[in-house]
Amino acid sequence: MSLFTQPIGLTHYLVVGAILFAAGVVCMVTKRNAIGVLMGIELVLNGANLNFVAFANPALRADPGRAVAWMDGHMIALFVIVLAAAEAAVALAIVLSFYHNHASVDVDEADELKG
Amino acid sequence: MNPINWHSCFFLLAAAVACAAALGVVASKNVVRMAVFLLHALGAVAGLFFLAGADFVGAMQLMIYVGGTLVLIAFGVMLTARRPFLSMDTKLAQWIAGTLVGGCLLAVLLRSALSVDDWAGPVSAAPRAQAEDLATAAPLGMGMLGVRVDRLDEPEAARREGMSGYLLPFEIISVHLLVVLIGAAYLARSTRPGEARLRENVEDKINAG
Amino acid sequence: MTTFLLQWLNPPWLAYALAALVHCGLLLALVVGSVAVCNWAERKIAGRVQDRLGPARVGGRFGWLQSPADGLKLLCKEDLIPADADSLLFRFAPYISLGASFAAFVAIPLSNDWVAQRLDAAAFFVLAVAGLEVFGVILGGYASGSKWSLFGAMREAAQVVSYEVPLGLCVLVPVMVAGTMNLVKIGNMQEGWFTNWLIFHDPFTFITFWVYLTCAVASVNRAPFDLAEAESELVAGFLTEYSGFRWSAFFMAEYGSMLAVSFLAAILFFGGWNGPVPIARWFGLMQENGPLAGYLGNLLGLANMLAKGSLGIVVMMWIRWTLPRLRIDQVLTTCLKYCIPLAAATFVGAMAWTFVARGGLNAGNDDATTRPGVATGGVQGEVAMTKSQ
Repeated sequence: MSLFTQPIGLTHYLVVGAILFAAGVVCMVTKRNAIGVLMGIELVLNGANLNFVAFANPALRADPGRAVAWMDGHMIALFVIVLAAAEAAVALAIVLSFYHNHASVDVDEADELKG
Repeated sequence: MNPINWHSCFFLLAAAVACAAALGVVASKNVVRMAVFLLHALGAVAGLFFLAGADFVGAMQLMIYVGGTLVLIAFGVMLTARRPFLSMDTKLAQWIAGTLVGGCLLAVLLRSALSVDDWAGPVSAAPRAQAEDLATAAPLGMGMLGVRVDRLDEPEAARREGMSGYLLPFEIISVHLLVVLIGAAYLARSTRPGEARLRENVEDKINAG
Repeated sequence: MTTFLLQWLNPPWLAYALAALVHCGLLLALVVGSVAVCNWAERKIAGRVQDRLGPARVGGRFGWLQSPADGLKLLCKEDLIPADADSLLFRFAPYISLGASFAAFVAIPLSNDWVAQRLDAAAFFVLAVAGLEVFGVILGGYASGSKWSLFGAMREAAQVVSYEVPLGLCVLVPVMVAGTMNLVKIGNMQEGWFTNWLIFHDPFTFITFWVYLTCAVASVNRAPFDLAEAESELVAGFLTEYSGFRWSAFFMAEYGSMLAVSFLAAILFFGGWNGPVPIARWFGLMQENGPLAGYLGNLLGLANMLAKGSLGIVVMMWIRWTLPRLRIDQVLTTCLKYCIPLAAATFVGAMAWTFVARGGLNAGNDDATTRPGVATGGVQGEVAMTKSQ
């Protein structure tokens, strides 16, 4: 019950961010579908973004005096979101091009450059 | 009994949805189901942004991530799915290795997240915010134009200089987006020299498998 | 209302939960009720446009029982799931659409400060959530396991992704003129005679509204842009395999987002809850004259909003039954070759206009940049609910 009555702190956000990050890494490592790998990257970026936004909020910690520049966290989160969109567009273009040539999106088949 | 903290309740709800959906992305084998789980994870993260007082970032997350990137990914899934419901199996050894790596990473991250006492939460209940205080859109816009409206009263001139806004990153990102747009359009175009020969290969492959 | 309930209910959280549920129910009733009315109105308007009567028998003279009868019929229909479908996603997809279309109403003010959630970036939020509805359509089309559905979903994805760009630009023009994304402030800025409405602010906002109308019709998938369910080519597009309640969930989502874009247009271009004539001010129905006067004025504003929203929906129906459906390449040409350049040009034009003709609506709003932007740790939802804790 105490979880419902005590105020939320930075740690709570960091734990959620850590879980998202770890899930994204596992997803990137284990999926063989290129689009699945892409989704793992999105999860990782979201976990990191959550940390940026949480650190930007001075009211989440016991000593709010040290954190005043809320804008930096928000701004970096915005840049990450925009860059993730760009990255997804390029990655999808590559995946489609690969699919055109190999009729597959399995990343294990992309081994032509192996020596 | 203490009064229920609604902020905490909504936070726990959104956090539970985000974590469960993230695990769902990892566990599911079907790409389309993964996309649905990812939709929920990203939506819940947007909710967490709102709860952290970052409502412009939250709206941006909904707009660009969920409405743009995810639709793009779903589009890619549909374009690359030969069979209606595509799934690819991963070997058990790879699963074990991946989970081990992820588990170690999670342990490190959790250890560092729980290590600072200051981060456990505010001493008293969070100060009640008025809607006016949460106006983050206009300052963010000014910040992208190079003016830090939250730093105008900074006493030290050197720190004021160092915090002079985000005009240059903003311009770089704009040019970057343009380059990405052109590059993606070039990469994804369907006809290319030598394409016909490759297409025959592909058709043989499809017929064979 | 929360304070009233707090007097009677002992555990305070029960009172808060009940108040939240009642508010939620009111919003849901608004959406579902408007769907029922729209369904009837659509049949009547279609009838009149095609020189026939429309429903005239069910429930008396105007066929006013047609919507309940339709609803009953839909609920009694057999609920089919194709053998090829991914049944979990197939069952889930309509609720994504419905949820996204309903979520837009969280941030839309229905009268001066009558809004479920005061958001600073409300215009942006509504736009973002309205764009989520497409995901349910894509998912439903894909999970049906049918060629027609898949084609419908692909078309929908291509169409919506491209139309979000000009729609966003069109929303940006009034936002830029007003200097804020807060819909309550944008609405209150246009108080007074109808000449204060943002559509009459300058020639560029006037053009922007028509581009917005085109893009809004396209983004809610109404004819002439209903390529995703083109019945002459694709049977019923993404809806081919749906029946019964799930079909009606998609249907409600479509009408819900029609209402949402109409409300957004009313607030951004047509003064929102301010009527064409400042009646509320003449009769002193303002907030500063006491709570009762403010309440009555807000009721008048609500009536204004509902009238403007319904007018928008009627215009969309009129367009639907008048114009023939475009081809998919024509749809994309309209977006990429006409709407985006037009919207971008009006954006630049309105920007130049606000620079040249300083003052006007924008005069009192210069403090927008100097406002102390402090992101404190409160959640906005908490503000209304826990003020008295």
